[in-house]
Amino acid sequence: MIYDYLIVRFGELTLKGKNRSKFIDRLYLTVKEKLKPFKQLKLKKHFDDIEVQLNGEPMQQVTDVLTKIFGIQTIRAAIKVENNIESMKKGALDIIESYEDGIKTFKISAKRKNKRFPMGSDEINRSLGAHILTNTENIKVDVHNPDINLRVEVMEHETRIYGKDFKGAGGLPAGSSGKVLLMLSGGIDSPVAGYLMQKRGAIVEAVHFHSPPYTNERARQKVIDLTEKLSSFGSQVKLHIVPFTNIQLQIRDKMPDNYRMTMMRRMMLRIAEKLAEKRGALAIATGESLGQVASQTLESMNTINEVTNLPVLRPLLTMDKVEIIDIAQKIDTYDISIRPYEDCCTLFLPSAPKTKPNREHANKFEAEFPIDALIQEALDGVETIDIREQSDKTLMDELL
Amino acid sequence: MIYLDNSATTKPLPEVLDTFRIVSEKFFANPSSLHNLGSLSEEMLKKSRHQAAQLLGVKDDEIIFTSGGTEGNNLAVKGAAFAYRSRGKHVITTRVEHASGYNAFKQLENEGFDVTYLPVAKDGRVSVQDVKEAIREDTILVSIIHVNNEVGTIQPVQEIGRYLQSFNKILFHVDHVQGIGKVPLKLSGSGIDLCSISGHKFHSPKGTGLLYVRRGVNLSPLFSGGSQELNRRAGTENLPGIAAMVKALRITLEESRQHLGRLQDLQNKMRDAFNTNEHMVVHTPDCHAAPHILNLTVKGIKSEVLVHALEEEDIYVSTKSACSSKEGGASRVLLAMGVPEDEAAQAIRVSLSYQTTEAEIMTFIDTLNKKVTQLKSIMR
Ligand SMILES: Cc1ncc(COP(=O)(O)O)c(C=O)c1O
Repeated sequence: MIYDYLIVRFGELTLKGKNRSKFIDRLYLTVKEKLKPFKQLKLKKHFDDIEVQLNGEPMQQVTDVLTKIFGIQTIRAAIKVENNIESMKKGALDIIESYEDGIKTFKISAKRKNKRFPMGSDEINRSLGAHILTNTENIKVDVHNPDINLRVEVMEHETRIYGKDFKGAGGLPAGSSGKVLLMLSGGIDSPVAGYLMQKRGAIVEAVHFHSPPYTNERARQKVIDLTEKLSSFGSQVKLHIVPFTNIQLQIRDKMPDNYRMTMMRRMMLRIAEKLAEKRGALAIATGESLGQVASQTLESMNTINEVTNLPVLRPLLTMDKVEIIDIAQKIDTYDISIRPYEDCCTLFLPSAPKTKPNREHANKFEAEFPIDALIQEALDGVETIDIREQSDKTLMDELL
Repeated sequence: MIYLDNSATTKPLPEVLDTFRIVSEKFFANPSSLHNLGSLSEEMLKKSRHQAAQLLGVKDDEIIFTSGGTEGNNLAVKGAAFAYRSRGKHVITTRVEHASGYNAFKQLENEGFDVTYLPVAKDGRVSVQDVKEAIREDTILVSIIHVNNEVGTIQPVQEIGRYLQSFNKILFHVDHVQGIGKVPLKLSGSGIDLCSISGHKFHSPKGTGLLYVRRGVNLSPLFSGGSQELNRRAGTENLPGIAAMVKALRITLEESRQHLGRLQDLQNKMRDAFNTNEHMVVHTPDCHAAPHILNLTVKGIKSEVLVHALEEEDIYVSTKSACSSKEGGASRVLLAMGVPEDEAAQAIRVSLSYQTTEAEIMTFIDTLNKKVTQLKSIMR
C-alpha cells in the first residue's frame, strides 16, 4: 500500500488558547527539522494539523520519526484519489486489503467538504461499503464498534481516504517550556528523566561527571550515545562533561566513609547549579526515585538539596523501578544503559553509605573542604559536546 | 563490455569501494578491543547495523552480518533446525532452492531430519495450498527462496508468511538474495522469521551479507568462538565489508523506484524479441517474475557454445546459475518446472542490474539473434 499523505494532528496544545500559534510554529519547526533526511517530502501547516505529502518517501520510516516527536496526538495515513466514486471504491478496497493481519468489521465515514460532489455522504458510505463487501470475504459492516473506521473526505480537487492511524507521543512541543539541566549518569533512570522533561516541552542539556582514568572511554561513549538517543525526542541535546576525578579523590581522602556519597552528590549539585546558570537553565532534573538507593531517601535529598536553591525536578520520584525500565525500553535507552562500564558514582563508594545523613553533619565535614576551588577547577575543565559536530561520527555517517 | 550476468555477481560501485577502503584504514581496530580505537570501530559497526535495520524496517538487534548468501542460508536453515530439533524433525523447502539452501537440507536429511521438497508448477511457483498440506505436527521450519536465481520466478512468500503466522512453532526463512532491490519484501510483521541477503548481488564487495533474525528466534551457531554478532556468528567482524554493504544497500533501495519499471521494460523487450524467434523458448514465466532475470533455451544449441559465442562480442551471460554451471547436466530448477531434459540442459540466463542500459539490451538482442542464425546455418 502506498500512501500519499500523513496528517499530523496536534495534542494538548490545541487547548492552549493564546499561545497556540506559537506552539504550532515550534512543533512545525521540529517536524521539519526531524524530517529533513527525507528529501521528497512536502509539509503544509494548517490550523489544526500538519500535512505531510510523502511523494514516494517510505511511510513507515517517516511515521517512525513522527511518533517520537512530542506535541503530536495522532498521525493518520491517507491516500488521494480522484473525485469520482469509482476511484473512491478502488482506493477504499486497496486500504482494506492492505491490512495484513486481517480485519473483521469496518465502517465508512464519508465527509463531503466539496458540496458540488453529486453524491451525499450517506450515499457514498453505502456505495463504498457495498463495494468492499462484494470484493472481500469474511468482512462485515459494524457501525458501532468497527475494527477500522475508514474516513473519506471529499475535498475541492481530490478525495482523501484515511487508512492506518498511529498514536503520537503526546506531550508538548520541544522548547515550549524552557531549558533544564539534566544530571545524566549513564544508568537506567536519568535518561528516562530527561525524556519525561522533554515530553513536557523542556529543552534538555545534560551534565555528566567523568572520572578518568577510573572510568574509561566506553563509559563516556555510553553517555554520548544516551545523549544522542535523547536528541531524537526533541531538540539536539548538548552534553557537558565535567572532570570529576580530583574531587572524588579529595572526598575519599578527607571525608568520613559513610558520608562520601552525600558529599559527592552535594559537589555535583553545586557544579550543576553553576553550569545551569551559565547555560540559562532554570532548573536541574535528576533521575531520583524516592527510596530507590541510599542517596535517594528523603533524608539524603534533604541534605543534598541544601546546596542549591534552583528547583531540582525529579520526574521519576514516585515511580517503581519496573515502571522506569518499561519506559527505558520503550525509548531504547535501556540497552545502552545496561552496558557494563563503571560510571564515576560506583567507584570509590563506601560499602555502607549512610541512608540518613543530615545537613548539620554535612556542613561540619565540609567546613575545611576547599569547595570553591574544586568547583572552579571542575568548571574550567568542562568539555561541551555538540553531538552533531563530532567529526568521527560525521565521517561515519558519510561513509554509510 | 555488456555484462549480463548480474545474478552471478555485480560490479562493486566506486563509492562503495571508497567506503571499504576508508573504513579499512581508519577503523581498523577490533570492535571488541577495550581501548579508544576499538570503541570507534564498535561505533562504526553499531551505526552500520542501525542503518541496515532502518533500511529493512527491522530492529538493530535483528541484523546478523554474515559473509554472504550461502552462509546466511546455512545459518538460517541449519541453525534453526538444530536449535529447535527437540520440538520436531520435519522441515519444508522447495525443489527450486539455490544450492546453498538445497544442500543444507540434504545435510539435514543425513542428520535425521525429514525434509519435504515442495514441487512447483510450470511457472516455477509453489502453491500455498501445497505448503498448507505439507505442514505436520512436528514441522519446525519452512524455507523458501523469494526470487529464483535461475528463472526469476517470485514465490508467494508474503502469503505463505501470513499463513504461517498462526503456527507458533514453525519458523519461516526466506532466501531474499535475488530479491533485494528487485522485488520488495516486507519483513517485520509479515510472518518471516529469518531472511538472508548477500552483498555482492547489489554492488557491494564479495564476502558480505546479512541475515535478519526476528527477535526471540534462537539459532544454533555454525561457528564456535567469541560472542560477536549477539553470539550467533563468532569471528572478528568484517567491518569494511559491513559498512560497504550497508552503503550499497542504501543506494540500491534509494534507487530502486527509478529503475524497476525500466528493468521491466528491458525484460519485455527481450521477451518480445525472443518469443517470436522459432528457435527459442523463454522459461521465465510471464507473471510472478522478477524484472532482472530472463532464462531461455535456444533449441539445438549447447548453452556453452552460446556463452562463448556471445563472449566473442564482449557480451557476458551465463548457463544456469554460476555456482552449478561447471557441473554440466540439466538444471534441477527447470526440470522441476517440467521443462524437457534436453531444453533444461541448454538454458542460458540473462541477468540485469540497475546499470544495464537500453542500448546494451538492444545490442544484446541483435547479437544473440545473429549468432543463433549463424550457428544454425553452420549446423545445417
Ligand atoms: C538465490 C540465491 N541464494 C543464495 C546465493 C548464495 O549467495 P553467496 O554467493 O553470497 O554465497 C545466491 C548466489 O549465488 C543466490 O542467487
